[in-house]
Amino acid sequence: MSVFTQERLTALNAAYARCIDNDELEQLGDFFLDQCLYLVTTADNYASALQAGIVYADTRAMLQDRVMAMRDANIYEEQRYRHIIGAPVLLEQEGDTAKAESPFIVVRIMRDGSTEVFATGRYIDCIVAQPDHPLKFAERIVVCDSCNIDTLLVIPL
Amino acid sequence: MEMKLNDMRGIERAWEPGLTQVPYWLYSDQPIYRAEQQRLFQGPTWNYLCLEAEIPESGDYRTTFVGDTPVIVARDDEGELQAFENRCAHRGALIALKDSGKAQDFTCVYHAWRYDLQGNLKGVAFEQGVNGMGGMPPDFCKEQHGPRKLRTATVAGLVFGSFDDDVPSIEEYLGDAVLEKIERVLPKPVEVLGRFKQTIPNNWKLYMENVKDSYHASLLHVFFTTFRINRLSQKGGVIISETGAHHISWSKVDHQAQESSEYNAEKLRSDKEGYALADPTLLDGCDEFGDGITLQILSVFPGFVIAQIQNTLAIRQILPIGTDKTVLNWTYIGFADDTPQLRRMRLKQLNLTGPAGFISMEDGAVGGFVQRGIAGAENEKAILEMGGDSIETQDNRTTEASVRGFWNAYRSYMEI
Repeated sequence: MSVFTQERLTALNAAYARCIDNDELEQLGDFFLDQCLYLVTTADNYASALQAGIVYADTRAMLQDRVMAMRDANIYEEQRYRHIIGAPVLLEQEGDTAKAESPFIVVRIMRDGSTEVFATGRYIDCIVAQPDHPLKFAERIVVCDSCNIDTLLVIPL
Repeated sequence: MEMKLNDMRGIERAWEPGLTQVPYWLYSDQPIYRAEQQRLFQGPTWNYLCLEAEIPESGDYRTTFVGDTPVIVARDDEGELQAFENRCAHRGALIALKDSGKAQDFTCVYHAWRYDLQGNLKGVAFEQGVNGMGGMPPDFCKEQHGPRKLRTATVAGLVFGSFDDDVPSIEEYLGDAVLEKIERVLPKPVEVLGRFKQTIPNNWKLYMENVKDSYHASLLHVFFTTFRINRLSQKGGVIISETGAHHISWSKVDHQAQESSEYNAEKLRSDKEGYALADPTLLDGCDEFGDGITLQILSVFPGFVIAQIQNTLAIRQILPIGTDKTVLNWTYIGFADDTPQLRRMRLKQLNLTGPAGFISMEDGAVGGFVQRGIAGAENEKAILEMGGDSIETQDNRTTEASVRGFWNAYRSYMEI
């Protein structure tokens, strides 16, 4: 039986969303392999195979640095996200590695109470199963449907 | 008591001569916004349209804006760059509806009026009517109708356009110093690495002031200073064009940065000790232009920025879309001959810039802080006295000289 069951993929997404939305970002790195790729880009860039992202982390440490910068260095107004992640689709599977895709909506809530759809898109993932470990992302490419970012992006999507 | 319309219109809109005070009504006034469109963006200025590399072949086109006016820029059959309004001469509908593409000609979807790649009206559907009925009057002359055309000019692969026939040449407009610094970062063919749009909740001028404000950089952007990418105590300076319109802010990194007494004395938030990256490869870079300059922010009046931060190169097109909303179109670029290693460095370092940039995300928000802060204070004024009252080139960055330069050019074009 496949280790990449719908239940496990869904649980991975749910835990990931909970980590961000409950502001437990120090644990975000735990969802990734040491060598990984976390990229935030747009559907247009992705379709044109343009490599640059507005966030680009190719190690777990780099992702942790982003969280550290967000905590201690960057200036922004208080805000939080609410992720709604749709059902994952398993696209390919080979041994311990699978490719999957999940649609998402992220609503951003600002300190004045304004609550707006901040981003929609799909996660295009490469997921690795290791014995006795939770599933981890070797890649999570955040492909935003819109080319537009309102004001700034500080919390990872 | 009845308030007369005249009383309501009589809100004071004063601005003393000089460049050290900027009244806040300039950032919210609707008549000012319209005047800016006419006198600045459609006036005798050069506005960035796209990269030559984005429309390399005949028939390639991109749609863009000059101020809030939609524009098509295309390469015609002779390989020449053409730019004209994206507005059908008939009823004013957009002619092209995509960001980019390849076309032999453009046909408006509304009534199928057709334009060549130079923006000339070539076809009017049913011009002769149908079965001898209807049609345009016999004296209708297609040559007399068409979208307004722009002059175009290129500098180091950047395409600029102007609505004004009397605009000076691009070389004269920019001046030697700005030209040289543009060519410094664009010495060879470029490649687009990605495009992003950022919408910010403030007047466009607040963003341009921020770009030209070398004083704020190490104070607002703590990531910058912590890693010694930019410190006011380092070697650096501001070059300002003659009328103040354009600027270049530059600095060199001193990897053996000494303790700076000014920073320690003021215990600035921007100088946290003990801060270290878990993965310092983020900042791995090389001196690709061979002059040790790791930061060069260059702006061209009214709304163009090209910035080199280490090995990142990004273009920003600043477009007003209302008194309190501005679009930034970011184009991240590299060079066509990048080695895989250099390309990877650029992709990593791009974390520094853009809408989520470690040293630029604050710029997306701070204009909104001002826009909200000045609500109801239209006749109060901002203070721009750091570094004196001049708009001269300075060999330090603790100055607002280039911001004053912006206002000098602004007042001149606006005749205000």
